[in-house]
Amino acid sequence: MTILSYLKALNRAIADEMERDPAVCVFGEDVRAAVTNVTAGLVKRFGDARVLDMPISEQAFTGIATGAAMSGMRPLIEYQIPALLFLAFEQIVNQAHKFSLMTGGQVSVPVTYLIPSSGSRDGWAGQHSDHPYSLFAHIGVKTAVPATPADAYGLLATAIRDDDPVVVFAPAGAMGRREDVELSLLAPVPLGVARVHRPGTDVTVVAVGHLVHTALEVADELAETVDVEVFDPRTLHPFDWQGLAESLERTGRLVVIDDSNRSCGIGGEILATAAEEMRLVAPPKRVTRPDGAVLPFAEGLDRALQPTREQLRTAIQAVVKSGGAR
Amino acid sequence: MADPVLSGPASPSSQKPDSAALYRTVRLIRRFEERAVELVHAGQVFGGIHPYTGQEAVAAGTCAALRPDDLITSTHRGHGHVLAKGADPARMMAEIAGRTTGLNAGRGGSMHAADFGIGILGANAIVGAAAPIATGAAWAARRAGSDRVVLTYFGDGAVSQGVVLETFNLAALWRAPVVFVCENNGFATTTRTDDAVAGSITGRAEAFGIPAARVDGMDPEEVFAAADTAIARARRSEGPTLLECVTYRYDAHHTWEHAARPRYRSAEEVDLGRSRDPLEIQGARLPEARRGQIDAEIEAVLEEAVRFALDSPHPDPATALDHLYADGTQARAGVA
Repeated sequence: MTILSYLKALNRAIADEMERDPAVCVFGEDVRAAVTNVTAGLVKRFGDARVLDMPISEQAFTGIATGAAMSGMRPLIEYQIPALLFLAFEQIVNQAHKFSLMTGGQVSVPVTYLIPSSGSRDGWAGQHSDHPYSLFAHIGVKTAVPATPADAYGLLATAIRDDDPVVVFAPAGAMGRREDVELSLLAPVPLGVARVHRPGTDVTVVAVGHLVHTALEVADELAETVDVEVFDPRTLHPFDWQGLAESLERTGRLVVIDDSNRSCGIGGEILATAAEEMRLVAPPKRVTRPDGAVLPFAEGLDRALQPTREQLRTAIQAVVKSGGAR
Repeated sequence: MADPVLSGPASPSSQKPDSAALYRTVRLIRRFEERAVELVHAGQVFGGIHPYTGQEAVAAGTCAALRPDDLITSTHRGHGHVLAKGADPARMMAEIAGRTTGLNAGRGGSMHAADFGIGILGANAIVGAAAPIATGAAWAARRAGSDRVVLTYFGDGAVSQGVVLETFNLAALWRAPVVFVCENNGFATTTRTDDAVAGSITGRAEAFGIPAARVDGMDPEEVFAAADTAIARARRSEGPTLLECVTYRYDAHHTWEHAARPRYRSAEEVDLGRSRDPLEIQGARLPEARRGQIDAEIEAVLEEAVRFALDSPHPDPATALDHLYADGTQARAGVA
């Protein structure tokens, strides 16, 4: 067994896919020097024809990846800052995502968009702390938010192999995770298949990305009184609705913890779908960022707007006390 | 309307234009657009179209200088480019009419027509957005060891889009085999080029070290010569060129204008713009009899195209989300 860090898992997934498929190439800012460390060693191993530093032109190089993908390449773009997705939004959602349908299936656009350290990364303030995965799930771009090193490896490898555009958010809150793994067993993880990290019978907690670890900690804290099931969707689009329905068949109660802004965040969609189609014996709850949150700079303010362990504990206890019998 | 003053590199083109073939393409586009507008007015097109009438010399001249395996990206006003690159007029007409036999099986329509099999990487309805896509295709072609060239069309409006300027920078840095063709038809919808563009269009390219030429976009053979030079340069891996083809849009920005009639240019101005007609300029280079023969051929092609389009089936609404994902991932329905 080997200790694998989340960061190293991302690096290994890219390197393994570049080794496996010469069409895989990396575009981004400072990817040769690997300022995020995600692309460390790649230029030495694969050369600068496959690891390309880009000028500060997110729209153009996102579009260039689309054109290259239509021509047989399989680019991975690294964006250093989650908010750069807003600059590239047009080229991702209005170009790359739409070409398959608009052309009647003549072409596919296999591009992976990787955002290392998405969400708050401590002290980076308003324009570097967003977590806009719900936007992409809403628009219909395949969206993955891995929580663990093995899933980071597996979902990134799958994203690179996928024939459609896929956005992979690697939350800042998960980047420091380490896991004891058998390297030879690391494998692609399919999109749309959730993972139950902890089975339970009293309440299902759907946790997204780094918040899976928060949920597991809270589940342990409450273990004497509440048996919590921790459900990690792993990908938000496609979403494993069948898996969630099965979990709710067991528990009948639902809490979501999601680092999105509240209105139109994925947490709202999970609650709505559960309410429409699944078995609930008590009103569900979600713990999210506030509506329209812009993260303020000061530490206490930054923390005040992110979902917390205390909020989750309170929500679980309230949901367990309400409603009918399981 | 801007004066078609010629400038820029004047190296001679290597090929001689085929005058009859150029005329044939101009005539095909002109009549295709006229027939398409008729279909719009007859209620056979859902929405409308952006007619290319008046600008035919640009598509005809540039595409005539391309090899069949070269690539293009097109615009919302893209019928001319798509036809000049060799798309089947019947399947193009069927696409505009939203039929299953259309180039995109009725999924794209007038503004998104694509035929990847013959190098048409799609008409693109966001102004300037195809420039980086074309440049990415050019980069990938070079990487694959091909000497293919990619030609990307955009209008004068696109020179105010940041992504186009970002793309100039990258294409120049990489000496990408891409040719930027700016069709300056005098208007971004209703806004005059002079009211929207500081400096000059060619000056934008020159700022990035990209050679730029201002070309008479009403003369198919002038366009051909400039395109041939630019394409040859790109094929030699010497980098991109910008061609500003000065032309004039005869018809509306969009057929919506035929009813709405916004006032932004006078009848006199339109008459003046129409006084130079690519169809007449190129037609005058052919013997009358040859011209008549081509005209008759085109009429037959378009008669068949319209018949084919209108006889083709409408898509089944149950297939509306087909092709959303390349791997067949199914999206949830809008009601549970």
